[in-house]
Amino acid sequence: MKKFSTLRTMSASLAQGDFSSVELIQDHIAHIHNEDAHLNSFITLSAEAALEQAAAADKLRASGDTRPTLGLPFAHKDIFCTNGVLTTAGSKMLSNFVAPYDATVVSNMAAAGMVCIGKTNMDEFAMGSSNETSYFGSVSNPWDTQRVPGGSSGGSAAAVAAGLVAGATGTDTGGSIRQPASLCGITGLKPTYGRISRYGMIAFASSLDQAGPMTRDAEDAALMLSVMAGFDPKDSTSAQRDDAWLGKMATDGIAELDQPLTIGLPEEYFQAGEHMHAIEAAKAELEKLGHTLKSVSLPHTQAAVPVYYVLASAEASTNLSRYDGVRFGHRCDSPQSLQDLYERSREEGFGQEVKRRILTGTYTLSVGYFDAYYLKAQKIRRLIAEDFNNAFAGVDLLLAPTAPTPAFNKNQLTDDPVAMYQQDLYTVPSSLAGLPAISIPCGFSQGMPMGMQLIAPAFREDLPLALAAQFQRHTDWHLRHPGEEL
Amino acid sequence: MSWEAVIGLEIHVQLATQSKIFSGASTAYGAAPNAQACNIDLGMPGVLPVLNERAVELAIRFGLAIDAQINLYSIFDRKNYFYADLPKGYQISQFETPIVGAGQVTVTPENGKPRRVGITRAHLEEDAGKSVHDLYPGQTAVDLNRTGTPLLEVVSEPDMRTAQEASAYFRQIHTLARYIGICDGNLAEGSMRCDANVSVRPTGQEAFGERTEIKNINSFRFVEQAIEHEIARQIDVLEAGGRIHRETRLYDPDKDETRSMRSKELSNDYRYFPDPDLMPLTISEALVERIRSELPELPDARCARYGDQLGLSASDATAISSDIDRADFFDAAVSAGANAKQCANWIMGELSAYLNKQAMPLSASPVTPSLLAQLIARVEDSTLSSKTAKTLFDALWEEGPSADVDGLISSLNLAQMSDDGALTQIIDDLIAANPKQFEELRGGKDKMLGFFVGQVMKATQGKANPQQVNEIIRAKL
Amino acid sequence: MSQETPETSATAQDSIDVAHLAGLARLALSDKASAEVAADLQSIMAMIDAMRAVDTDGVQPLSHPLDAAVRLRSDVVTESPDPQHFQRHAPATADQYYLVPRVVE
Repeated sequence: MKKFSTLRTMSASLAQGDFSSVELIQDHIAHIHNEDAHLNSFITLSAEAALEQAAAADKLRASGDTRPTLGLPFAHKDIFCTNGVLTTAGSKMLSNFVAPYDATVVSNMAAAGMVCIGKTNMDEFAMGSSNETSYFGSVSNPWDTQRVPGGSSGGSAAAVAAGLVAGATGTDTGGSIRQPASLCGITGLKPTYGRISRYGMIAFASSLDQAGPMTRDAEDAALMLSVMAGFDPKDSTSAQRDDAWLGKMATDGIAELDQPLTIGLPEEYFQAGEHMHAIEAAKAELEKLGHTLKSVSLPHTQAAVPVYYVLASAEASTNLSRYDGVRFGHRCDSPQSLQDLYERSREEGFGQEVKRRILTGTYTLSVGYFDAYYLKAQKIRRLIAEDFNNAFAGVDLLLAPTAPTPAFNKNQLTDDPVAMYQQDLYTVPSSLAGLPAISIPCGFSQGMPMGMQLIAPAFREDLPLALAAQFQRHTDWHLRHPGEEL
Repeated sequence: MSWEAVIGLEIHVQLATQSKIFSGASTAYGAAPNAQACNIDLGMPGVLPVLNERAVELAIRFGLAIDAQINLYSIFDRKNYFYADLPKGYQISQFETPIVGAGQVTVTPENGKPRRVGITRAHLEEDAGKSVHDLYPGQTAVDLNRTGTPLLEVVSEPDMRTAQEASAYFRQIHTLARYIGICDGNLAEGSMRCDANVSVRPTGQEAFGERTEIKNINSFRFVEQAIEHEIARQIDVLEAGGRIHRETRLYDPDKDETRSMRSKELSNDYRYFPDPDLMPLTISEALVERIRSELPELPDARCARYGDQLGLSASDATAISSDIDRADFFDAAVSAGANAKQCANWIMGELSAYLNKQAMPLSASPVTPSLLAQLIARVEDSTLSSKTAKTLFDALWEEGPSADVDGLISSLNLAQMSDDGALTQIIDDLIAANPKQFEELRGGKDKMLGFFVGQVMKATQGKANPQQVNEIIRAKL
Repeated sequence: MSQETPETSATAQDSIDVAHLAGLARLALSDKASAEVAADLQSIMAMIDAMRAVDTDGVQPLSHPLDAAVRLRSDVVTESPDPQHFQRHAPATADQYYLVPRVVE
């Protein structure tokens, strides 16, 4: 197997019998053993279970199973509950938590015959933009190990960028798939809120969290999306959709766009900065492909980060109340009282960023502040959603930078939470509106990859996927990988 | 100074669903510890709530029964606080937008005047688990089986003025809940529990005094005792120049006292906000109308019907209609042909006594409505005397639902003697044996008639029809 | 939903009572940690206060991106939990109960 192969390529090779799934998995495990020590992108490696599943997949293939996903290796972000397997959410609080059940995404992927080889590192409870809040240590960016991979799905992004796996699951609350995808030079799709079940995905902010694929290209993103997505009766916020394009993309690949698109450029996102030349080149490429670019305005963009931190922290502050040292997870030594048990278990089990957000959320929800913060933020959330609706009246989708900077150095922003929060500037507005967005590589800055995002109306992942696939057929940014000459 | 109490109740009604309000675990009572707590009830990382439609329907049914506004749009909120038996660290409840708006009931305490009690609202929420404090030294044991059992919290206005009214109101809600089938009404198993808000004020004063809340009362008797006690305590404090502090108190029925609950003293900033895992609940008018059309006849209407149409006395009508099982039994017997008044007498008399003696629920009664109706019919057509009817009732109780009424009357030889000739023979023999008494009767001593009738009944083992015996003797005079 | 006080009551200039918040959130913070967090919260709230400039008169709050109604499930028992399974990694249990330090009511 060639390193940096895509899932599609591996699928074709498995179908042709070039190698077995067991051989493929062995290969992957060897790579991870050799290379992950300096990346730290995995928290748990499930070699034994993966080989068993691969053997089962090979057996199915021998008996005539031709599903394209059968026997393909991938990794789960360690935020998905996996029955019988350590599930930490990057936290000391859950450093001993062996999940007693499978997340729906986990069972969906297993049912498609995909083989999970391990669980990837992440910011603690998905709170962070650099993967430095993980209890299990920071993750290095494979392009420059002094730099961060972004977060919170930093382990998944680094593992895909380094070619340790071709696909990994991520979750995105305010940019946690797209920003690390941008910083690591890979493709990351945040689907529409409700597209993929949240059941079994450890909650950060319930009205924003959405799982998605992190892959080498748009074709693989579509393949993984088709497996991860689907209505789930166990999730009240799961959408009942019957989008025929989803299955068709998985079986036949992404079709050519049948007509050029009108692409909006939200002026609030195009401020001078080092990322701009990569985006400018991408704009030119898209125009060359026949698409029309048009300036639009999303006037409430500036309020999105504050709104996001109010809402996400409020939801997180109560989502994390269940970690109390009573039924699972970390418990302090010799608690003297119930109060002591709670206060010390939580103080010891949570890292600093998590505590900051719990306290922020507790503050904004408390008596006297609720209207000024939480309610106000919800009102602006509607204005932000309406901004997008208005823009989509005149364009098919939106093009914007994914992150304000390329990957930054480790420890550069850890002492300044507010500066760190600005990493989410371009990703949180679409999260607040629940819209799908894909980040794909579009160039380099400071020798580090940069991404651009394509944002679409709700449940129209087909548009950014098709445009991204077209862009990737005509460019090779997504084919670059660390270690090669740029 | 004279004082007036002001009382409001919050009644928690466990809704009679099979599964929990947000999970597919069973709500059955009495399982082994935590054997009915699934990952959702345990608040495991990653789990999500999905609302039980039955709980919604039962809440609507209650709202319609108290003539309340049904809110077609309501919201589930998180109520945040930490407690050992609250796994998620928040309770899913409804804060500003409950499913049931304002309604009312009228209650009549024993020997009191009817009072209208306003119901502010009723909202859906999940029950918490149970803490057991005396099983392991130094430890509290937590059983989360009850976690997630659907509750309807019924909040009254502060409309009650005496402990008796409060108790009558609690009974009324209990009766209603059982009538409309939203709750099994089993107080011993905690199916209905109430918190009482109590304050006192000088009679005639408009403003309310500071109130205390008494938590977790689970019997009609304790409601009355606990409130009675708390009123007296507050008056004592105030008359001694003290102040009432807003606090939560626990009623101890063994000591008949309330005491301050230290564990609830911590700050109660619940930080309510809409649960992002559950979108707003919307209900269609059509659903409300369907549920309205399925509502059974309610206690007040039934009581009125028993009085107006069936001629029961007010006390009988109230007694029969106050319990859905009793009222259904009564209606079944009446529609099987039983005379209403006699039927009420049998149910409130013999039947209740037998059931009480064996601590048996009415639903398990071996004497069915149909058997009771047949028995009453045989009394009415004079086949049975009141005495032999009781003998027959005994026999029916033993035989159970498949008993053959007429077969038993004949095999036990319970039919009244109606044969003139045989009775005349017995009477003639008695006159011959008691000439002196017969002379006195003839001389106008009417008391002697009773003597002869009694002797005839004795000789016939109660089977003679006393009316008929009377007539035969009078004919001899 | 309104929990008293009008929109104008709070400002980032108010000093944030970290001890009170930590109590509500059940976090035992050392004095040093409290002081650090207090400074962080002040700057976070200052950042958040930027949103106050947005005019939201007459705007309905949006609590959920789907802005739809909740879906209901039918009342069927689908779970038969095994306490042993769920308690395998629990910190303290006895006879299928979870144990915590004695609570005095």
